Amino acid sequence: MSLKIVVLAKQVPDTRNVGPDAMTPEGTVNRSALPAIFNPEDLNALEQALRLKDQNPGSTVIIITMGPGRAAEVIREAMYRGADGGYLLTDRAFAGADTLATSYALSTAIKHVMPDVDLIIGGRQAIDGDTAQVGPQVAEKLGLNQITYTEEVLSCEGGKIVVKRHIDGGVETVESALPCVLTVNGSAAPCRPRNVKRVMQFKRALCEMELPKDTTWADLPYADQYEKKPYLKLGQLTCADVNADLSQCGLAGSPTKVKNVENIVFKAKESKVMTASDEDINGLIQELLASHTIG
Amino acid sequence: MANNVFVYCEIEGTQVAEVSQELLTKGRKLADTLGVKLEAVAAGHGITGKVEEQILPYGVDRLHIFDAEGLAPYTSKPHTAVLVNLFKQEEPQICLMGADVVGRDLGPRVSSALHSGLTADCTALEIGPHDDKKLGKHYDQLLYQIRPAFGGNIVATIVNPENRPQMATVRSGVMKAEILDVNYPGEVIVQDVAKFVPETEYVTKVLERHVQAAKNNLKGAPIVVAGGYGVGSKEGFAQLYELAKVLHAEVGASRAAVDAGFCDHDLQIGQTGVTVRPKVYIACGISGAIQHVAGMKESGIIISINSDENAPINQIADYVINGTVEEVVPKMIKYYKQNSK
Repeated sequence: MSLKIVVLAKQVPDTRNVGPDAMTPEGTVNRSALPAIFNPEDLNALEQALRLKDQNPGSTVIIITMGPGRAAEVIREAMYRGADGGYLLTDRAFAGADTLATSYALSTAIKHVMPDVDLIIGGRQAIDGDTAQVGPQVAEKLGLNQITYTEEVLSCEGGKIVVKRHIDGGVETVESALPCVLTVNGSAAPCRPRNVKRVMQFKRALCEMELPKDTTWADLPYADQYEKKPYLKLGQLTCADVNADLSQCGLAGSPTKVKNVENIVFKAKESKVMTASDEDINGLIQELLASHTIG
Repeated sequence: MANNVFVYCEIEGTQVAEVSQELLTKGRKLADTLGVKLEAVAAGHGITGKVEEQILPYGVDRLHIFDAEGLAPYTSKPHTAVLVNLFKQEEPQICLMGADVVGRDLGPRVSSALHSGLTADCTALEIGPHDDKKLGKHYDQLLYQIRPAFGGNIVATIVNPENRPQMATVRSGVMKAEILDVNYPGEVIVQDVAKFVPETEYVTKVLERHVQAAKNNLKGAPIVVAGGYGVGSKEGFAQLYELAKVLHAEVGASRAAVDAGFCDHDLQIGQTGVTVRPKVYIACGISGAIQHVAGMKESGIIISINSDENAPINQIADYVINGTVEEVVPKMIKYYKQNSK
């Protein structure tokens, strides 16, 4: 059985490698100081999708990502690894969205791009927010069942999927009818590397938003390529394209508001500072033993 | 409008999760501040008569029990239907749940169905006023949902001014469970599950399930020896285990050490791991990202071993040892053995 699969992916700042210049003196996040990467668990999600595609010839894997023009990099990266294509969901109206407004926007895009979708797969959570909310909320918005914390898809046949998932203190195997939404853990199988042939094939793929200002497709070097190979023009969707209700998008559609943000500076305690010398360590241990702190 | 504070109680078999009891204590305090009642929801199978005494003593005024075969083990859609339909009827102002696998599966789904805001992994919850300057609106008593964000580099306070319930998830160990009164006179309401959960919601079949008790006792340990990226390797962690053994301590880790593969994920201390409050916390090669500090800052005495004199964790440490883990830990073992005899 061929499957129609949407993979939800996000471009995120690499919060795992935060340097001292990651915050501006005003206490806001200095995004330009952080490299933008493919959200790690979304790569695990992509791998599960590609495995299903391998097992079910004729299947389609489409990436949907929401973000500014540069987020199209996520679509190219996924295509290098085996995805068939993708859409950048981008509009000023989406700015300031919390997880609920994000999920609403993504759900409208899924309905638009692949109304007869069998599976929607995303990472468990994105490293810039760590909320794990978008997967379940997309499922609810589409009225679909959800399987979160996926470790591995064990089988997918006859309109049913069997999944091994992580639970608190253990694992369980569950079965659900299709269509449904999966979110995948970072401990699941890592994503396959880029395929060199596919890199050559798709490296010039672009979204319209990525074109330099006042440039059209015809002005690009290799303009004829974009005529001959329509797959080099990546999908791009606005709020109007997906018929999204503006009142449910962006800041307006977000029930949660950020009241304030603090750049935490620890209050210094008066600490006893010592060296690694035998004398100092011995002294410390004796002090802790004498005060019954240890022992 | 009832406007009460609700806590979703997570249940394994007939055992109420510790995190739920911690949230009941927090919920009781929030309800007192707001002058409203605390209500709890328990959904499972064969739980009537078994969970009441694990819930009411925390100061619960009303406990709603949903007892049906399809409600255990937990699956997403039936538990969502329980909460969504109960909340439509009861109109709570606040709903709290654990930020573990169940709460993080259920919370977002419920919040989406009710179009109410949800903040994940809060490290503090408070009640306070809020002014929306753009709309010129004032709110007297909102739930401040406080959490580290952006990989732990900032702390954000989130509010949900207009939508109810205000929902938040909290990790196990962040709040403290305290029995208010063993004989607290709470009302128990056994609900008719069929009225809340249509048959069509039972869509996930659990084919197999293995749950083990936690492998470590990090949460309750009086002494924790925690390693960070500065430990350098798996072998380096073996040294920490040795120190932990002589001190009768448990070994923990920072996210950086877990991500680097030095140790098991179960050992992670911090916002997205375990929260600990030991008497003594020995931080070995841990720089002290907020994300980590959120999970250990209430430790009694903090000892930091770090080769970087300016590591942020040194700011909250009682003792700072400037040196490498490799050099210091064996000396601590040696002198402990020498002096404790």
